[in-house]
Amino acid sequence: MDIELMLKVYPFFLDAAWVTILLSVLTAILGLICGTLGAAARLSRFALLRFLGVAYVSLFRGTPALIQLFILYFGGPQIGIQLDAFEAGVIGLGINAGAYMTETIRGAIIAIDKGQREAARTLGLSSWQSTYKVILPQAARLMVRPLGVNLNMLIKATALVAAISVIELTYTAQRYIGSTYKPFEMFLLAGVLYMIIIYATGRGVAWLDRKVRIT
Amino acid sequence: MGLDFSIVPKYMDIILLGVGWTVGITFAAALLSFVGGVLFAVTALYAPWIVRQPFRLIEWVFMGTPLLLQLFLIYFGLVQIGIDLPAFVAGIIGLGLHFAVYNSELIQTAILAVDKGQMEAARTLGLSRGQALRKVVVPQAVRAVIPPIGNNMIALLKDSALVSVIGVSELTLSAQRVIGKTYRPFEFYIVAAAFYYVINLCMEWVQRKIERRISISR
Repeated sequence: MDIELMLKVYPFFLDAAWVTILLSVLTAILGLICGTLGAAARLSRFALLRFLGVAYVSLFRGTPALIQLFILYFGGPQIGIQLDAFEAGVIGLGINAGAYMTETIRGAIIAIDKGQREAARTLGLSSWQSTYKVILPQAARLMVRPLGVNLNMLIKATALVAAISVIELTYTAQRYIGSTYKPFEMFLLAGVLYMIIIYATGRGVAWLDRKVRIT
Repeated sequence: MGLDFSIVPKYMDIILLGVGWTVGITFAAALLSFVGGVLFAVTALYAPWIVRQPFRLIEWVFMGTPLLLQLFLIYFGLVQIGIDLPAFVAGIIGLGLHFAVYNSELIQTAILAVDKGQMEAARTLGLSRGQALRKVVVPQAVRAVIPPIGNNMIALLKDSALVSVIGVSELTLSAQRVIGKTYRPFEFYIVAAAFYYVINLCMEWVQRKIERRISISR
């Protein structure tokens, strides 16, 4: 193993890790927004919104995220959407993650006992009020752990933007594998950084889950 | 530049060839991931400590890093140690190993969920430990785990798009090739997405059929 080379290129990997973290954070925020909207649509009382919600989840979960990125980044200019690679990465991955989060959020909401809503309505709360003050606070606690799984997948999925040349961890590893012919060393550098990010996120999610859980 | 889908049929043969490769690669990798998943699960649960621990580390690495990075390691790593495999073989190995680890997690849980009495009964009837595992415990576990493994296989189909990056001419790279000639990225990536979606629907259909059969015969 070429330790000397690893020490030399290590700072570039560290910079790239920050890009991966930034991508993950922005994608997670956009994913949560899309997921919340998606879940609201799927649980809506209007058939059209429900249909749109189902179509969103089915189409974005039914096709590869890589193809979705390519459509947005390379195909976008044809329909007047001009994005740089980083923006396309965040938006593409965020909308994709949102489709998975839609199901997570919806699952947590329908897991709340029907009696809760009925009781809230009986006590004179409006439909909105019972959703916001009774159902969502309970559902939010149930969501933490499965959203953590979504987050874990999302962090690994940020590697896809290497294919549209965003200089993040996987792209950096790929570039140095090409220039040094040391695939194992470069994998080790990038891999360890990914595992640190994923481990830290996992611990954070577990902490939050303990904090909000009532049992 | 507007959209013009009328150009699509002219290049359909290239796209369809890509569809064939995608289906083939997905099938081969799925098979590898299933067999590997069973072997990994048995190793993780029953191998001696000295084998089990490094094995756990490998599993952890596979689950904690992106598939794309793993594909680069396998493709370029094999070349470095003198094994020059065609890209599609490297792709099948990479996809197969990656999903074998995820399948192994599911199968481990299922093996542990098989009633202890099954192993005891098998041992009482004179089967060795290995035989009892192979003929009694693992078959029951595998049956219980088929529906969630189906979900993994559908994920595998979508992740098979990643092997385009190491130069395997499957559906995604075929679309890219056509785009290189026509400069029509939007049209052809949509076509590729549509094919993935259809294959995906077919797999879901097969999954539902299998699930129904299993639930009847139980």
